[in-house]
Formats: sequence, structure tokens, C-alpha cells
Amino acid sequence: MTAPPPGEPVLRVSNLVVDFPSEAGTVNAVRGVSYEVAPGEVFGVVGESGSGKSVTALAILGLLPNSARVSGSVQYRGRELLGLGDADMSKIRGRSIAMVFQDPLSALTPVYTVGQQIVEAVRIHNDVSRDDAEKRAVELLDLVGIPNAAERARSFPHEFSGGMRQRVMIAMAIANDPDVIIADEPTTALDVTIQAQVLEVLERAQEATGAAIVMITHDLGVIAGFADRVMVMYAGKPVETGSVDDVFYRPRMPYTLGLLGSLPRADATGREPLTPVDGNPPSLVALPPGCPFAPRCPLKIEVCESAEPPLLPTDDPWHASACHRTAYVAENDLKPTDVFAAPTPPPVVSEAMREGRPVVLEVKDLVRTFPLTRGLVFRRQVGELAAVDGISFDIREGETLGLVGESGCGKTTTINEILALAKPTSGSINVLGQDTAALSRRERQELRRDISVVFQDPMASLDPKLPISDILSEGLATYGVAKSERGPRVRELLQLVGLSSTHASRYPHEFSGGQRQRVGIARALALQPKLVVLDEPVSALDVSIRAGIVNLLEQLRADLRLSYLFVAHDLSVVRHSADRVAVMYLGRIVEIGAVAPVFAHPAHPYTQALLSAVPLPDPRRERERKRIILEGDLPGTTEVRVGCRFRGRCPTFATLDETLRTKCIEDDPALTSLGDDQSAACHYPTLASVF
Amino acid sequence: MPAEIQPTASIAIEAAAEVALEDVGRGRLVMRRFFRKKIAVGGLVVLVLLLAFAFIGPYLTKWDYKSTDYNAFLQRPSSSHWFGTTQIGQDVYAQTLRGLQKSLVIGLLTAFVSTGLAAVVGATAGYFGGWADRILMWFVDLLLVLPAFLIIAILSPTFRGKTWLIFVFLLAAFSWMITARIVRGLALSLKEQEFVQAARFMGVPPRKIIFRHLLPNMSSLLIIDATLNVGGAILAETGLSYFGFGVQPPDVSLGTLIADGTRSAITFPWLFLFSGGALIITVLAVSVIGDGMRDALDPKSNSSRNT
Repeated sequence: MTAPPPGEPVLRVSNLVVDFPSEAGTVNAVRGVSYEVAPGEVFGVVGESGSGKSVTALAILGLLPNSARVSGSVQYRGRELLGLGDADMSKIRGRSIAMVFQDPLSALTPVYTVGQQIVEAVRIHNDVSRDDAEKRAVELLDLVGIPNAAERARSFPHEFSGGMRQRVMIAMAIANDPDVIIADEPTTALDVTIQAQVLEVLERAQEATGAAIVMITHDLGVIAGFADRVMVMYAGKPVETGSVDDVFYRPRMPYTLGLLGSLPRADATGREPLTPVDGNPPSLVALPPGCPFAPRCPLKIEVCESAEPPLLPTDDPWHASACHRTAYVAENDLKPTDVFAAPTPPPVVSEAMREGRPVVLEVKDLVRTFPLTRGLVFRRQVGELAAVDGISFDIREGETLGLVGESGCGKTTTINEILALAKPTSGSINVLGQDTAALSRRERQELRRDISVVFQDPMASLDPKLPISDILSEGLATYGVAKSERGPRVRELLQLVGLSSTHASRYPHEFSGGQRQRVGIARALALQPKLVVLDEPVSALDVSIRAGIVNLLEQLRADLRLSYLFVAHDLSVVRHSADRVAVMYLGRIVEIGAVAPVFAHPAHPYTQALLSAVPLPDPRRERERKRIILEGDLPGTTEVRVGCRFRGRCPTFATLDETLRTKCIEDDPALTSLGDDQSAACHYPTLASVF
Repeated sequence: MPAEIQPTASIAIEAAAEVALEDVGRGRLVMRRFFRKKIAVGGLVVLVLLLAFAFIGPYLTKWDYKSTDYNAFLQRPSSSHWFGTTQIGQDVYAQTLRGLQKSLVIGLLTAFVSTGLAAVVGATAGYFGGWADRILMWFVDLLLVLPAFLIIAILSPTFRGKTWLIFVFLLAAFSWMITARIVRGLALSLKEQEFVQAARFMGVPPRKIIFRHLLPNMSSLLIIDATLNVGGAILAETGLSYFGFGVQPPDVSLGTLIADGTRSAITFPWLFLFSGGALIITVLAVSVIGDGMRDALDPKSNSSRNT
């Protein structure tokens, strides 16, 4: 329905193929990618890890290692780029086609000031004097929203936060007015409010330069709000292309359907089922004939296994899909839940009975400080850092409390304190009615059985040198389970998390990310705990795998009567999985309550900003939404704080008059109930919907 | 989709799985993987044969390493003196075997003790940190600045006539410090890994964490260190013996034999070839075994993959 904007395309990629030789055989990383980008357009490329989306970008810029074999054609304004020498490519890179990388920490040189680095970017392509280049650098920093640009240009990269560094990267990318900006996961490493800031800067940069943007990401929410057209990649090939509306509202390829169905939404009203896509993406070495998605596709027919479908227009000439069943999907206008089996969500523990259920974990006024020391030989304490500064919450049997907040807010410190089962700096932690400060060594050891943890990174959380059976039976052995009973228990655990019991003698590296996370969950369940701490359990996984893990966790909670402390920065997952949610900011809980009221009408300005920054996989709503963009970054935790600690960034505070402000400046707000199950720590709370 | 997976898995498959699962566990798996590698098993066989040869071999000849045959000075290998004789009529065969006994035991034992000590001390310091770390590292630094050669030289008269095993421990005591420092560094970074945290939060005692998680994850380093130490210890012993400490005449070691033999290596090669060859075979066998061990312990190595 939507044609690309008129005009000669600035970038035309046709039938790009990239192979890497490897010991296992040739890796077909990209298997025929074609697209065109018109001037001023935002073109989104979505795909999971290994789908070839980043390799495509690197191939365009000629940044692949020499061992890569690239064929096809890449034309910039009609000029062929493939086959150009490095010297010629260098004239195009940065000047005509610029790139913004994912990791702003490693993309800037630590030993030069950011000003010098931008000056270098300017002067390498333009014959300008040093002074003019410096002026330009300050202008650019100002454009991307860095306060006191002239002064900050003399700072080094480590003096900037992640979001600020990404702004500097964008400033460098637009330094030479490029025609195309390729942004490879530019916001993946950032917190959600910072992501909103950076996306806004990117938009502003596009307006200033009129450049086309190729936006590579795995986050469908970011694409929905940012891109005009989108290309979905799978196993090195585009499987669906079209305008965002076409792809999000009328998906025709089952993989796209699966991706959309597996996304939890922060604006959901109830607990909608997620549709996981079974299986794993194929290995790109020696792909079998046929559609690479066929093994995971519920709609597959015979021809899918023999012939790979080409990318053909659907009923709409600008919406193409690579699937043999396109016509069938279009005819019935299938939705994700029609194609993929969504498990019925297990019953939710009812709200009303909350008071009657026993308390599993109670945290009261928990404080954890770290001493700040100076000097190498004679260490002396110069101050204290309060990572967690007086938080209280409780978790009752069978419920999930989501603990959300941006990096540096004290989430990790909180769970480490709970898991250590030691005496906190001040305040108390009660696990199953036992105060951890009063425990003897033996009691503490016994209590460890009842509380376990699932970590974020499924690779780092399993010992690479131990077979799965040893990993799972470690806890059992520690608590004296006889050797003969461990084997059956290991098999039982593997089946519980949906793995085959024959996997027990394999090593962690032989599993995919999702399977490894399942092993991590099985290990956490080995000793039949009452409370499981989930530390970002799905954020390291691919989107299509995530839903399976989220569903598994829910099922296990219902079957085994578990309680979860679910720590996450992804608010959509928390909306889906949690019963209650606590929002942390600078070591404090600023809002806590049942998910329904807190997500429907958050009261604290920070919660509102956080929720409004969450991108929704819904292009129409994204266009209509008004974002609350927070100014600045998280301030340091070392300053002595008087009054409300959010006021420096608070949009409400900015609108108050002098007399009302004094309260925010002088009084530290306490959590006050707002009815229902919702409390906020704000002097002037206003219930507002942000979706 | 999860949880209720494989409700219909057939009983036969389950039973088969049960059999396969009976004895998995790291120990068995590593052993299986080691024995799958032919060259490593070859190395092990050679080492066992060398040991057997060194300890049984002397009974096959009438000559003793101390005795001299006044009828044969500097004779080529013959039917009565299999490896020939020395300038003063000693039997080279008997001497080589005696030297092999000494050197094998000194080399293997020193390497084992030194690497083991380094692993335990380094990992303990790194894992516990704080005061344990500081005290252990002070001790390591102290040992590092002591002149090892001088101390062994001063101490060796005290041990004269007593068992030369003391000598092994002296050699080991002065060769583990640098490895211990490297191990500590590795332990520091490993203990932050989530799998170590997971074990800690599960209540696994520190001793087990060190031996189950920390040390196996630095096994490549430890094995390479141990392999190098075998050769190193044999050479160190040679050096000390040359200056009159360590193994003293009439007793011999491969080191002293090689030191004596090199002078006439070209004119009377049998004085040098047999002891030199024994040393080379020993070190080679040990490194091949080390290689196999490393591959067996590293699940990612392809050469010993499951079937």
C-alpha cells in the first residue's frame, strides 16, 4: 500500500551474498539480500542474532574481514561499492555513509577527548582549519543535546555516560552530512529512558541532515515507532518486507507472525498468552534445501521442505513475503494465535486473597552502603555510597514481584543482599519468617535450600567444564542427597523444564541460549525452593525464544507453588509476568503496587517517564503517543541527598511554582497509598495514563 | 509447550536413557574422552613402560650402578655391557636406569607438588580475597625474593645421607610462586562469574567451589605448567648436582649422566645418547599426556567429542 518515497534511491543493495569459510564448512551468513533506501527514509532491518543483519551492514561499508567472500552489488547513488579498494572506500565511509555502532564504550577511543575525535572525523573528509573543525564539533555536540557542549568537548569518553557516548557517536556520524546513516542496534545497550532520548536525537539528526537511516535492531518496538519501511530477516535472507503498517498489522510470513506473537506488551490490559516459536534458528553451515523456517513452522506443507520460497509481492505490490503459504495466510488473515499454539496461561493467584497468603520474603528498610576509599598505601574512608537506601517490600506465596529500574538504581545490590542471607547494613530481611541477621551458620545453610536464583546470561551462569548432570546435581550433593537418588532427580528436572533427559551427559556449550536458560532454571529448582530470584532471565535471549521461557516460568510457578522476585529492565515482560511491581530509582522504591493499576495509571513522574519510554510494537499507537523525555542521566549515588532525589529530572517539579517546590527540596517523600494496590513516593502524585 | 513436554516418550527410550545416564559425571566423562585419544594413551603407556623399565630393568643385569668392571674401560655396547661402559668401567645400562629412576621421580613429583601448591594457594587467595589473599601473597613475594639456589645449597649438607625426597620438596617449594600469582588472577576473575555465584548462593562450601569450579576452569594453564615443570625440575636437579648439591656420586641421575656424557658426546656417543634419549622420551611422553588431559577436560575441543 505504501510505496517508498519517490526519487532515486541513495543506497541500492542487490542480491548481496556473504560467505565465511570456517572449519565446520562454509558459513552462508547472508544469502541474497536486496533492498533500496530512498533519501530521507528510515528503513528498518529486524532479525534475531545470526540472521545476517549486521553482516549485511558491514558488507555495505566494506568492513568485513578479508576472509569473507562477498558477491552481489551495493550501489551508492549509482556507484558500485563492492570491489572498491580500501582507500576509495575510506572516502565514502563517514562522508557519504556513516555508521553508528551498538557499543558506544568501545566505539570511542579512550585516550582522546571526544572533541578531538569529532575534529578528526570532520578534518579527515574536509579541508578545514583546526579552529573551524573545533567549532563544528561543539555545534554538533550541541545538536545532539549535550549540555555545555564547548566544555564537554574537552572531556574524555569515560567521563560520559552510555547514553551521552551514544550521542557523541551520532554527532560523529552526522559530522560530514552523510546521505545514509547505518545504525546497528544503536540503543540495545541503553536503558529505556536513555533509549528514548537517543532515538529522539537520531530523529533530530536526520532532520538536520536529511539523511536516510538504515536501522538495524532486534527490537520490534523501536522499529514500529521509528521506521517507515521494514525488512524482516531470517537465516541470512529477507523473509518479509513492507511498510511498518503492512508488516505489523498484516504479516504474511509465519516467522513474522511468530515474532509479533511472542512479544509481551507493556500496554496489555490483561494477561494475554504469548506464542512461542518452537525450535531454534538453523545453523548457517550447510543449510538443507527448502525453507529455513520450515522446521519451526506450523503451517509447513510438503513443498516447504524441498524448495526455498522466493521473496514475492503479496496482494500488495510493496509488501513482499517469502513463503509458500502467503496466499493462505492472506486469505484467512491469520493472527499469531491462529498459527502458533499459545498455552493457556496458568491461573493467577487471586488479588483478593493476598492478605491471607503467607509471606515468603519481607524486606524492611533495607540499606546497603559501600565505603568509598581513597589512597593506595594508606586507605582511608572518604565517604559512603548508599546503593540501596531504605527499601521495603514483601512477596507472598505464589506471587511474582517485578523489580524494575534502570542500571545503577540498586536492583542488583538488592538481590545480592537477599541471596547472601547475611545481616544488611541496616534494616531487615525476612525469608520464610526467619530474620537473616539472627541466623546461625547452619540455619543459614538450611535456608539456602528455599531460595534460589536464575541469572541473566545463560552462558556465564553454567560452568562450561561440567556436564549438565553434574551442574544439576551439585545442589543435591551439597544437601546430602544420596548418589542413587540424584540421577532420577536430574532426569525429572530436565523434563520439568522441557528438555530431554538424554541431554544430561552433554556440556553447556552444546546447547542453544534458550536451552541453556532452561538448564539454569532446572538448577534453580533442584532443591525445591519456595522463592526464586530471577535476575533478568530473558533479556539475553532472542525474541522468539523469550516467550517460551516466560511461559515456562509461569507454568512452573503455578505447578510448584513458587514465588518469584523478577528483576528486569524490560517493562513489557514485567507487565506480562508479574502480579505486583516495584519501581526503583537511586536506591529507593518510588512506586509499588499491583501491575494493573501501576501500568494503567502510574502516579510517580518517574514511573510515568519510564513507561512512556517503552516502545510498543504497534506503529499506529507509536505515532500517536507523546513521550515524556527525561532530561539528563541518573545522578551519582554519592551526593548527600536532601529532599526528593528525582527532582533534578522531574517533569512535574519543573512545572511547580516556588512555594510548592520547597516541599520537594526539603522533604524526602515517603511511599503513600493511593488506593487499590498502588503507592508512590511523591509529594504531588497525579494518576496519568501514558500509553 | 514446556512442562508437559514428552508425555508420550516411549518406555524403551526412557530405559535406554537410564542406562546411558547411570554413570555420567565429570570424572567418567573426562576419562572416557582421554582414552578416546590414541596418542595420549600412547604417551601414558610409554610413561608406564619407562617407570617399569627404570625399576625392574636393574634386575636384568649383573652389573650395579656403583660397581666397576676393570676389564672394560670405555667399551662400546656389547653383550656383556648392553649400553657400553664409562672411562672407569661403570656399566652405562645400570647407570642410565638408576638415573632414570631418580629423574622420573624427581621430575614428576616436583611438578605435581609445585603445580598443586600453586593451584591451591593461588585459588584460595583469589577466592577468599581480603586478609587471606594479603597474607598468602606476602608469603609468595617473600619466597620470590629469596635466592632459591643459595638456600638449597646451604640446606643440602643438613640433609646429606637422608632421603633425597627432601630434595624434591625443596625444589618444589621454590618453583610454584609465579604460577600461584597467575592462578590467583584467574581465580579473581572466575569468582565473579555467574556459575560461581550460583554455587555460592546454593550453599556449596568454598573448598568444593575451588576444586569443582575454579581449578577445572584453569586446567589448561595448570596442565601446561605441570608439563613444563617436569622438564624444569629434571634440569634444575642437574644444575644443583653439578655444583655438588642434590644427587651426589656415586649416586647418579639423568642430569649428572648427561652432564658427564656431553664432553665426549661425539667420540663416545653411548655415554650420552642413552641418558639423553631417556630424558627426551620422558618429557615427550609427559607433554603428550598433558595435551590429552587438556583436551579431555575442555568440552569444546573437537578431537575428543562424544562419538
